[in-house]
Amino acid sequence: MPTDGFMYPNEIELQWSVLIVLYPFLTGLVAGAFILASLERVFRVEAVKPTYRLALLTALAFLLVAPLPLQLHLGHPERSFEMYLTPHRSSAMAMFGFVYLWYLMAVLVLEIWLDYRRDIVVLSQTTTGIKRLLYRVLTLGSSNISENALAIDNRVGWVITVIGIPSAFLLHGYVGFIFGSIKANPWWSTPLMPVVFLFSAMVSGIAAVLLLYMLLNRLRKQPSDIRCVDTVAKYLFYMFIIDFSLEMVDLIHRIYESDESFRSLDFMVHTRLFLSQVVIQILLGTVLPIVLLALTQVARLSEIARKRIYVFAGCLTLIGIFAMRWNVVIGGQLFSKSFLGYTTYKMGFATKEGLLPAIVLTVLPLFILWVLVKVLPPWSEKETAPVSAAVAAN
Amino acid sequence: MNMTRRHFLVLLPAAALAWENILAGAPETATNYHTSEHWWGMLVDIEKCIGCGSCVRACQKENNVPDGYYRTWIERYRIKEVNGVETLEVDSPDGGMNGFPSSNEPGVKEFFVPKMCNHCADSPCTQVCPVGATFVTPDGVVLVDEKYCLGCRYCIQACPYGCRFLHPQKNVAQKCTLCYHRITQGLTTACCENCPTGARQLADLKNPKDPIHEFLRTHSVQVLKPHLATGAKLFYNGLDGAVR
Amino acid sequence: MKLKDAAHLFRLAGVFAAGILIFILVRSYLVPKSFGQYGHFRGDALTEIKAQPISYAGHQACEACHSDVLDLKSKGKHAQVNCEACHGPLAKHADDPGGVTPEKLDTAKLCVRCHEANSAKPKKFPQVASMEHSGGLACNECHTPHSPAIVTEGGKK
Repeated sequence: MPTDGFMYPNEIELQWSVLIVLYPFLTGLVAGAFILASLERVFRVEAVKPTYRLALLTALAFLLVAPLPLQLHLGHPERSFEMYLTPHRSSAMAMFGFVYLWYLMAVLVLEIWLDYRRDIVVLSQTTTGIKRLLYRVLTLGSSNISENALAIDNRVGWVITVIGIPSAFLLHGYVGFIFGSIKANPWWSTPLMPVVFLFSAMVSGIAAVLLLYMLLNRLRKQPSDIRCVDTVAKYLFYMFIIDFSLEMVDLIHRIYESDESFRSLDFMVHTRLFLSQVVIQILLGTVLPIVLLALTQVARLSEIARKRIYVFAGCLTLIGIFAMRWNVVIGGQLFSKSFLGYTTYKMGFATKEGLLPAIVLTVLPLFILWVLVKVLPPWSEKETAPVSAAVAAN
Repeated sequence: MNMTRRHFLVLLPAAALAWENILAGAPETATNYHTSEHWWGMLVDIEKCIGCGSCVRACQKENNVPDGYYRTWIERYRIKEVNGVETLEVDSPDGGMNGFPSSNEPGVKEFFVPKMCNHCADSPCTQVCPVGATFVTPDGVVLVDEKYCLGCRYCIQACPYGCRFLHPQKNVAQKCTLCYHRITQGLTTACCENCPTGARQLADLKNPKDPIHEFLRTHSVQVLKPHLATGAKLFYNGLDGAVR
Repeated sequence: MKLKDAAHLFRLAGVFAAGILIFILVRSYLVPKSFGQYGHFRGDALTEIKAQPISYAGHQACEACHSDVLDLKSKGKHAQVNCEACHGPLAKHADDPGGVTPEKLDTAKLCVRCHEANSAKPKKFPQVASMEHSGGLACNECHTPHSPAIVTEGGKK
């Protein structure tokens, strides 16, 4: 028997699998990457400019994949459109469809389109064949890239980013709310849940963009802008401090209050969740990267050393945040709501909700990002010449 | 108080009429059933439950419940107390379907607790359903629409009582229907019909003649997990504080 | 002048408006007709759930024909035990009394389901350790299941 103690008979089977762990992880990366992008746009942090477009494309790539694990997990995927037909107003999950669409279409796609419009118009004039057709469609038949038009785009883009920040908060805050609002489950039910999800999202998104930026530069054999990397790492450090404090507030609150579920949950953390929660999430995934990042802030390290630390800390951060999602989603289902027993989660491999689809869905956004980078190159230097030429020709 | 007898008298004319219509092959016209005239709940008398498992078996047969899942089940609580410290042991082998082996341990407080959907008035499960595939009917029964359920399992997570499960073949959420197909025809539920000791009594809270009102007035009755304010309508008589 | 430079934005707005319009049209076509009839759910679901076939006919149906058993039972200890609790689901028999005949019951297995001694059962409930009590003998050798108390010459035992 995989269970200890007493479970209600229907509880032995876990309902939400690794795919549901993946979902908040992916949307977290989206929200985090977008907020990093908005730093440059709204808060005018010039140093992070080289990551701006990459952050937007990363957000789009992950956002496109985010609903797939949910879809795969449904007992009847063919009925998911019902969420748009008859959304139940009292359900946090029903809002998913609308928040998702709003964020995808009204914020992300729009912002990317406005920011890339000049490039798209230029590309529609300089490319041939299918590519040309694609860019022609993307221009929506308007090739007006006069200074006035671009100024309008810039202003509208700014407004959209301003709207986008609360939207990104909404997108991920509501994911936290899905868990935090379940009063039946004391492991989930806390008003801090959306806030913790939000800050951990920013942490993971910033870390992901930092890593991708350095990785892509390496592939392109271009040097990473050290001022940019330092600034992004600094923001990662600040966000991490806030995120860690919030998680500790939650933990201390639970320990001090010691409600009826405490003994059961405490036992779970010390046994079944010890590795994933205490070791991976807290020690390796949070404390260690914070210490490493603090080191780069305090000590005078060489550029190479700093970059290596950023890469290492970034990887640890992503592992730690994934572990956090795991501990929330899976941990919340390991104990009985009678507080008298525990079950285990057995992950399949090549099953519908197993490890293999989870890995595929994690790699898929990177592939989409690769395509997006090909179609909408985020680097400006190569395009500078043709764009200015085209503008002049106009 | 003789509840079964009184209940029987309340239900008899309607049931007889219902059965005639069922035999005539027209269940939809069985009774003049109006949802607005009923508000269903159930009374469970722990002092009467003998843990025989009749209710569980009856439910499985009446509703084709898949093996290993339960719309109703029985738990056995065993509470040992030493120096004011209680230790709790609970079991429910096969949902109590085949009864329980006797423990014969002296000095232990033992009792059975039949469980099922509480048909909450403020049900946390229907609250979270994203599409309206599970709902509270106007007569107070929590149901699942098999043709509309996505199988997202949010409702299973939201139920504090562990009453829901995902049907392994149909891939939709399932739960106790309070034998909606029976009670709307004047019959009682399969579990109540088959409880040999009358430990379970279907109750219509909108029917002034239903003996439930007298019972609630004269007994100390509790619901499960009252602090969650789910508006549970599964009323327990003689419920021990240890029961979760 | 200014409007002309924002023309591409109006085109985009047009694309969005078209998307929303298509959504509204598709939605009105796809939402089930009975949705919202009684609340935020498909009203037809109630009818479908009500149509589930019945397995247990209910004691009222049994008593319509077996009034002799009812008379016997109502005087005894098992007055409150409904027929199908022991006899099993018999709606098919009630539908077709001649065609479907109920199985004979084995009291040696049946009665212990309730009456085997168990420390968790309420103390006042009649229970026996069956092996000691009857040594495996079928219960109906001594008891009448429909009225189980054994009547001796000196009165009820």
